[in-house]
Amino acid sequence: MSPEIEYEPVIGLEIHVQLATATKMFCGCELRFGDPPNTHTCPVCLGLPGALPVTNAQAIHYGLMIGMALGSELAPRSVFHRKNYFYPDLPKGYQISQYDEPLCLGGRLGDVRLHRVHLEEDAAKLVHVGSSGRLHGSDASIVDFNRGGTPLAEIVTEPDLRDATQAAEWLRLLRATLRRLGVSDVNMEEGSLRCDANISLRPVGTEPFGTKTELKNMNSFRFIERGIRAEIARQTQILRGGGTVEQETLHFDPRTEAITSLRSKEEAHDYRYFPEPDLTPVAISQHMLDRARAALPELPLDRAARFEREHGLTADSARLLAFRTELGDFFEQALADGNGSRPEPQPLANWVANELVSRLGADADPADSKVAPGALATLVAMVSAKEVTQGGARQVLDTLVAHGGDPKAIVAAEGLGAVGGADELGPVVADALAANPDVAEKLRSGDMKPIGVIVGHVMRETKGRADGGEVTRLVRQQLGL
Amino acid sequence: MNDITALTAKQAADAVAKGDLDPTELFEAYRTRAAADELNAYTWVADEAGAGGSVSGTAALPLGGVPLAVKDLFCTEGVPSQAGSRILEGYCPPYTATVVDQLARAGAPLLAKTNQDEFAMGSSNENSAYGPVLNPWDHTRVPGGSSGGSAAAVAGGSAPWALGTDTGGSIRQPAALCGIVGLKPTYGTVSRYGMIAFASSLDQAGPLTRDVTDAALLYGHMTGRDPRDSTSLQHPEAITLPTATRLDGITLGVPDDLTGEGVEDGVMARFEETLELAVSLGATVRRVPLPNADYGLSAYYVIAPAEASSNLARFDGVRYGKRVPADDLVSMYTRTRHDGFGPEVKRRIMLGTYALSSGYYDAYYGKAQRVRTKIAEDFKNAFESVDFVVTPTTPTVAFELGAKTDDPLSMYLNDYFTVPMPLAGIPAISIPAGLSDDLPVGFQLAGPAFSENRILDAAYALEQAIGFAEQAPDRPWVAA
Repeated sequence: MSPEIEYEPVIGLEIHVQLATATKMFCGCELRFGDPPNTHTCPVCLGLPGALPVTNAQAIHYGLMIGMALGSELAPRSVFHRKNYFYPDLPKGYQISQYDEPLCLGGRLGDVRLHRVHLEEDAAKLVHVGSSGRLHGSDASIVDFNRGGTPLAEIVTEPDLRDATQAAEWLRLLRATLRRLGVSDVNMEEGSLRCDANISLRPVGTEPFGTKTELKNMNSFRFIERGIRAEIARQTQILRGGGTVEQETLHFDPRTEAITSLRSKEEAHDYRYFPEPDLTPVAISQHMLDRARAALPELPLDRAARFEREHGLTADSARLLAFRTELGDFFEQALADGNGSRPEPQPLANWVANELVSRLGADADPADSKVAPGALATLVAMVSAKEVTQGGARQVLDTLVAHGGDPKAIVAAEGLGAVGGADELGPVVADALAANPDVAEKLRSGDMKPIGVIVGHVMRETKGRADGGEVTRLVRQQLGL
Repeated sequence: MNDITALTAKQAADAVAKGDLDPTELFEAYRTRAAADELNAYTWVADEAGAGGSVSGTAALPLGGVPLAVKDLFCTEGVPSQAGSRILEGYCPPYTATVVDQLARAGAPLLAKTNQDEFAMGSSNENSAYGPVLNPWDHTRVPGGSSGGSAAAVAGGSAPWALGTDTGGSIRQPAALCGIVGLKPTYGTVSRYGMIAFASSLDQAGPLTRDVTDAALLYGHMTGRDPRDSTSLQHPEAITLPTATRLDGITLGVPDDLTGEGVEDGVMARFEETLELAVSLGATVRRVPLPNADYGLSAYYVIAPAEASSNLARFDGVRYGKRVPADDLVSMYTRTRHDGFGPEVKRRIMLGTYALSSGYYDAYYGKAQRVRTKIAEDFKNAFESVDFVVTPTTPTVAFELGAKTDDPLSMYLNDYFTVPMPLAGIPAISIPAGLSDDLPVGFQLAGPAFSENRILDAAYALEQAIGFAEQAPDRPWVAA
């Protein structure tokens, strides 16, 4: 291959989502993250001789909800297979999973098609003692079976993604959708959402896929973007150098950005799938379908469309609020609670997404803060009515975040009311022009650049309570421009 | 009361109920016998302390405290449950199998654990890591397998009754070779929870008893849907004690293929005499086609090893049982399994692994499953014209120790008549039908799913007519 060829990445994702059921996939053990090791175990999830699995009906229910939310074709029955391989985190020597009859087939979320969604059980957690941090070369490895048997939904996309940013962006949409469904905590740090990426390159404008590699277990959105980018760069370099990409499973180290091989195709497992004889297939009844359908909330993409339609939000604002359920809820609550002072939706959306989020922290739920939705609505309405300036309103919000309260009272108490109109502001502007005669001269001659000096002077005098636009208008008026 | 161990389990339970027999005394009589057993039928026998606790309060229960010998592969809390394997040597589970627990609560306390072929793989009990079991009729011969310990214990008189498991004949074949009754129930009617699995889709627990009445009594307390076993189901009928004396209106079907070829003359003669007895009781005998039964053995020896190769993967040295230390993980796995499993288990793990391998699945496992469906259809068709399908239980009487150990195929042929029923999931019973060369011969009746009551009734009528007790007055449990 010659160096001038432009390559197009082709990316598909495989996402493992731990389902937020009360108990494990095939036994009655409680699911709790962070408890002391091996405190939630029983003969079934320890793979003791003679123990048998029983399918968690709630996991099937959640699986159906996911399939419905993604527009998948739902299987007429739930069938499990055994996926056989040896590893210390797999107590039975096989994982109970789904094979040729996944619970959900096909579907679409946003601009990415889904290949399938199937249910399975999670492996236990291995902790490696020693310097290597991996099983190979460790001094010892210990197993915590609390996680073993956690219900997982494996969601596999079609190879519809074309770059790292798009992949991370889409994964955010998926996470928002799953969170909205309430089927998972979707917490990447705790491992309840895990993502692998299949990546290949092909010359731009060609159809056939190149050889793909699988990048394993990236546990944050940042790492996913960086990992995919690094792998695209690695493959591009290989192809430009005239080499060929090997089909292999890779590990991305976010600290060093290094990509290392976990296993090649030659070492690929033969999983010897066969139908799990300990579980009889369960027909998906109309009742189960009705129950799942009834449990579906409004999904982020639908909500974003509604925010655009009903409230006239920009597409970006609508998605931002809709993809974070708690922000969308706060926004809608504020609109409803504004009472007499109904704010304009777009400025309110901006205040929620920017000012409020930056003060509370990116992951905080504003419902847990001291800021009442109605209070923010009132504040935004006051800004629109020029009763308080942007700057003044920011100070009010600081107070709301710290102590809560009513914006009108805060404005009055702290003297943050906008200095408005020619009566109040006119003399201040006149003083500023008088104090800066050289600037006034330049302005008069049509050079508007130094107007900031006048605005700054007025702001100082009014302690920021003046509206910048109003000051500019008064300057022009007084200078006869 | 003299020689209380000569009583059948039902007779003993009745005596306890009437207040004529103290269950502690009964338990102690059997415990003493079991502890002194010379057949190597046991891998564990209750001590006196354990016995006292488990027997108390049983007199008022339906099984009257009549103690139970249990095949080693049933998990029993705190009691070694080794499935005849070195890899589980000394393994004491933290829980008890549902069926053992159920029987204990019905008044059948645990007497002992019985020797068996390793992981129930075998037809002679020579595959046990704990040594072969001897046939109580002739100590130079095998008791059959894989529930050979249970069969020898009951036949030898050191246990009143026993639990076994049947995957391809592992209850019926040793029952036949030891001259007792063995019932393989309809798949799913007895919980498998706590049974160390061989082949999940075939394994089924059942009773080994001295007579048909005892089999009905024990089985009646074994059934029930277990929420911990997804494949278990409620038997649609309550199991009743058999009472039939006639077989009027009953049609027995003899498979077309059964010509006597490959069957010992003495075995075939007892089979034919039993058919004549059945006719004298009012039954009709006719031939019935089972065109695919001949492929049963082949299908069985694909499906059972395939499931076993997966079921036995958990014995990896990581969590319990034997571990042979090594420098790295794969070596630890390899050495543990190399040392822990016997040759027959390794053979079947390899067979099963191969049958499930990518590229071979359809040709082996897939095809075997299709054969299985065909066999189930054959039986279904047969039961439209006959009430039961009857065969000799085994082609031969008990063979000598070591006679077939070097020839797995000839050993597998011993399962020829017993393998099709578990493939179809249907119930079948083996009852003693007389002797050949002073060794017992078994007669098998198989019926449709859930037909246990009718099978037990017919078997009971035949049992009375055959009069095995008169034919074999020195049967070991009486002579002991």
